[in-house]
Parts: sequence; structure tokens; C-alpha cells
Amino acid sequence: MAATSTPTTPARSSRDDAVSRAASVLADNRAGVAIGIAVVVLALASYQWDGVQTTAITARTVREAAPLILAALCGLIGERSGVVNIGIEGQMLLGAYSGFMAASYSGSLLVGLVAAVGVAALAGLFLAWAAVALRMDQIIAGTVINIVGAGATSFFYVAGRTMPRFPQWSIPGLDDLPLVGRTLFNHGPLTYTAVLMVLVIHVALFHTRWGLRTRAVGEHPGAADTVGVRIQRLRYVNLTLAGGLSGLAGMALLQSAGAFDRGMTAGRGFIALAVMIFGRWRPTGVLGAALLFGLFNAVQAQLQFKQALDVPPQFFGMIPFILTIAVLAVAGVKARPPAAAGRPYDPE
Amino acid sequence: MRAVWRQWVLLPVVAVVAGLVAGALLILISGDNPLTAYGGMIEGAFGSSDALGRTLEKATPLILGGLAVAFAFKAGLFNIGGQGQLLLGAAFAAWAGFDLALPTVLHIPLALVVGGLAGAVFGAIAGLLKATRGTHEVITTIMLNFVAANLTDWLVSRDGPWKDPDSGAVARSPHVADSAALPRWGFLPVGFLVAVAVAAAVWWVVNRSVLGFEISTVGQNARAATYAGISVVRITVVAMAISAFLAGLGGAIQTQGVNGRFEPGFNSGLGFDGITIALLARTNALAVIPAALLIGAMDAGSTLMQSRTDVPPEIISVIQGFILFLVAAPSVVRWLLRLRQDIGVGTNVDLAAGWGAK
Repeated sequence: MAATSTPTTPARSSRDDAVSRAASVLADNRAGVAIGIAVVVLALASYQWDGVQTTAITARTVREAAPLILAALCGLIGERSGVVNIGIEGQMLLGAYSGFMAASYSGSLLVGLVAAVGVAALAGLFLAWAAVALRMDQIIAGTVINIVGAGATSFFYVAGRTMPRFPQWSIPGLDDLPLVGRTLFNHGPLTYTAVLMVLVIHVALFHTRWGLRTRAVGEHPGAADTVGVRIQRLRYVNLTLAGGLSGLAGMALLQSAGAFDRGMTAGRGFIALAVMIFGRWRPTGVLGAALLFGLFNAVQAQLQFKQALDVPPQFFGMIPFILTIAVLAVAGVKARPPAAAGRPYDPE
Repeated sequence: MRAVWRQWVLLPVVAVVAGLVAGALLILISGDNPLTAYGGMIEGAFGSSDALGRTLEKATPLILGGLAVAFAFKAGLFNIGGQGQLLLGAAFAAWAGFDLALPTVLHIPLALVVGGLAGAVFGAIAGLLKATRGTHEVITTIMLNFVAANLTDWLVSRDGPWKDPDSGAVARSPHVADSAALPRWGFLPVGFLVAVAVAAAVWWVVNRSVLGFEISTVGQNARAATYAGISVVRITVVAMAISAFLAGLGGAIQTQGVNGRFEPGFNSGLGFDGITIALLARTNALAVIPAALLIGAMDAGSTLMQSRTDVPPEIISVIQGFILFLVAAPSVVRWLLRLRQDIGVGTNVDLAAGWGAK
């Protein structure tokens, strides 16, 4: 376990305080910081060698990370509130399908967005109902969402429809910086939304009353109950909100793909759970982990696209999945999920 | 006695009927007649000896997929990797089937075992990671599904070692030798009999053997099992390996008895079918057989249903989702029937509790 306690020294200026806090945050996340520095150094070196390809990879990394960030945040809120959500895959599919069809018929991306968030939130509400009111095994409840999500979106699938194109928002003045401009400041709206959500949920989770209550319910619902937190209601609200995030993740998939396709999530709902675990159930950790997974995918796709190596495409296809397992096997030992995740709360 | 009847007969039957009603509503929404659709489904599943044989054929990998999930449940493990394990079993059985020359009495069982073992390796990996690194098997087995799909794709692809040299651009393995093919006796596929025998064997292992006792002990209380001197690591690996062996065997029978060769992408979704079947059967190995026959019949009948009404076969997975939900939520069934007595626990499995801190 990483030691989190910092020695307490009385009466220090606030500037010293900020410095020592930053130092302790860095010390707590040594692995993440090391990986981050390594990636940045590699990207800079690679940029000197081949600017065009490097920029293509880094931009793709951020794009690929967006749906993972949103989906992992969905899982994070669920587990922080004490409910395991294995149904993210199905929620994303339902969201992407609804968003696509609504946008396709109305001609408006905004209508699509509302439909995606709404339907995925309903799926989250279903999970809450199954887990809280019916006390169903949460993994089975999630599996039901996955089966129905995959089945219903294939059943109602209509081939040949199109939806409006997503806009590409470039930030004037920043977007033509070398490397960084294309990487960070030239993306579709949902990519910016994903990063924004990391900040919003980080602040909400660690600096608001809602966040304190949510974390209490996920760690020790009995204690939260004794001080008057309405556990079951909080789980309903949180899982519904989290469902909305998986709807945004579905829209982010549409943003990259341009149209709905059966099974288009391709396991991302489960990779998102790995991202959540690797990110140690923290929004900022999720951001870092999702970028790392995005990088795997981007490098894989670029190598495959360029046929840079004489390796069959199926082996590239395996990389994200094998890396997910490897990352979990290495990082999972230290990871400690919220203590109450997976257990129905019994008030008696 | 009444409680047993309610748990084992009433609950599954109500779940299936309600699932079919929900499916009928969806068919109505999509503008077709549910009676015509279900009529076509029933005729396609039972209408002739051909149809009956097809139902048994479809039910065979489902029995083994259901057994795989049910067996892992006994150890408190959730094997969602049935799909990948089945693909591996199908591909490796095809290899043992076309590459070796042996007398039939040896060739058939050898190819079946090779297929089963190929699945077992992936299951053991997931079990080992769970037992030693704490990596949740739900995620590893699903990730391994994608690995297995890619791996088996490659084996019979253009650059793969097991590609049929005569198939041109089509990715598939050569046909298995006659000595490895599982025959049909009349309409009865021999593979189905193998699956039934395996179900009986699994029932015996779970309920009558030392290993089965150890597995149930670990599944119910790992700490107590450790205290009693049972190695949780060993049992977790063995249980996952056996579970995956069963799924791999399902793929092997599919290759040797139905497809005759390995072609990528057949029978997708079997891993999820196995979950529904295992829970519908309340994780009892013998009850898996009728549960698999039910889903197999829906599967076999879906082709005729589609040709008569344009209802796509995906309706079955929606129906299955409903069935799974109701089997796992007996309080909903109780409410549907306005029963006053408790209907008992739905699934007698507890998976999610192992997710959080131990």
C-alpha cells in the first residue's frame, strides 16, 4: 500500500502547503507520473522523427480515450455508490442506438444527444431498481442489460440510415501549435465533454456534500445510514446519472464511427471497467488510464493501417484486450474497490 | 414440497412465458403478427424429424455452454468466456480432426478432448489470474473472448497455418476426416448424446465427488475452505479449467458433428446463452438439459420464423434477457402471480459480493 499520510507541521504558509500537497499527490501516483512522463518524452522524440504520424497517433489517442473516459466514469459513480455495473456495454449500445436513430430521424445531433442520455439513464435506473428494490445479484442484473442491449439494438437495427456529421471544434490560436494543437485542441464536442466530465465529477465527488455522501454509501452504508443519508434513494439517483454518462459514451462512439453498427461497442464497456480499476476509482486516474488505453489502440490502429510490420491484423486486434488483462493483473493487486460495492444494503 | 415445486417449475415456467409475451409485444411493435411468428418458430423447431434433429443439434453446444456457466457458479465464479472457449474448442477439434489419421474409436474422442483442452487453457488462465492476482474473472474471460476470436480467425485466415488450401479467399479449415466426424443416428445427432452423458457426469462430480464438495465449499465460503485445508488457488484454477473444458467440448462437438470444419464467427452469443440456461436450470447440471432444449428450439425455429414474418432472429436474445431477469428476480414473478407465499431465492448464486474488498 502507498502511504498517504504526510507529516503534520504546525503553522505553515499556504504556499508551502500547496507545494507539499502537490508533492504528496505526485508521490502517491508515482507509477502514473512515470508512465505520463515516459509517454510525453516518447511522443516528443517520435515527433522529431516523423511529425505527421506522431500527430496522427496522439490525436487518435485522445479521440479513442473519450468513450472510455465517459464509460469508466459511469462505472466509477456506480461503484462509489456501492453498486457494480457490469452492464455498461449494453448501456452504451442502447445509448448509441437511440442517439443515432433520434439524430437520424430529426436531423439534429442535439435531439440525438438527449435520446442517448435519456435511454441510457433509463438503463441505469433499471440497474438501480434491480439492485436496490429487487436485491438481484448485481452482476446478473448487468448481464441482463448487456443481453437486452445487444439483442434489442440488433433487433431494431435498420441498415443504410445516416446521421448528421459531428462538428469538429478547433480552439482558435491553440489548434495550430505543433503536435499539441492537433492533439488537444481539434476534436468533436464529446471529446471535450469527456475531459470536462472528469473535472466536474472530481470536484463533485471530493468537494461537495453529494460526493461525501456517495463515498460514504459506497464504503460503509451502515454508517451513512445512521447519520441520516438516504442510501437507497442516493443509489437510484447516482445510477441514473451514471447511466446518462454511458449514453454520452455511446454518442462519443458515434462521433468517431459516424453511424451506428451492431455490437459497435466491441468490448469497450468492459475495457472501461479495467480503466476504472487502473484509475483506482478516481476521475483523474480514469483520465490517465483511458489515455493509456487510447494510446494502445491508436498505435495498434496506426501500425495496422500503415502495415508497418509484417504481422497479421488479428494479432494487432488482440493487443488492447491482452493489455487490459495485463494491466489488471499488475495493477489490480494494489487496487482496493469501494468496500460495499456489489452488496445490497439491508437496513436491518 | 410446495416450495420445491414453486422454485423448480413455477418460477422458470412463468419466466419463460413472460419472456415470450414480452417478445410478442416487440414483434407487434415491429409490425408483425406474433402468432404467425411463434407458429413458424414452433414448426421450425418440432414440425418434422429434420426440425427435431436441428433442435437437438442447436441444443448440444447450449447444454455444454450452460454446464460451463453452472459449474463455475458452484465455485462462486462467473465464466462469461464460454464464447471464446467454444471457438477455441471448435478450431482445435477441427485441427485434430483433419490433421491426424486415426481409427474412428480413437479419433472422435481424441479430437473432442483436444477441443476441450484448448478451451480449458483459457479458463485456467482466468482462474489463475483470479486466484493469484485478484483479477476479476468476469473481465478476464470477456477480454479472452476477443483474444480467442482473433486467434481462431487468424488460424484459418490467409496467413494462418490451418487454412483450407482449396477454399480460395474463404477463411476456413479443411473438412475433418470421416474418422473424426460424429454421426447421426436417424434424426438423433450422436453429439447430443455425448452432451447428455457429460451433463450426468458433471452432476455426479458436483454432488457426489470430493472435488465437487471442495468446489462448493470454496464457492460458499472461501475462508472456511482455507481453514478446512482446501487450497482456494487450486480449486479456483481447476474449477475454471473444467468449466472452460465443457465450453470447449461444446465447440468440438459443433465442429465434428455439425459444421464438419472450423469457420470463424459461427454461433456468436453462445456465451451469453449459457448464462441464461444455467440460471434457468438453477445451476443444476441435469436441469440444464431441458433449459438448453428450450433455447435450442427457439434457435432452431428462428429461421422458419424469419422466412415467414421478417422477424429477425435477434428477438431470441431479447426474450432470453427477459427470462434471465425474471429467473433472477423471483419477487417480480411473485408480484405477477399475486402470490402471497415467498417463491424462494431465484438463482442461488452470489457473484457480486466478491467484487468489493474481501
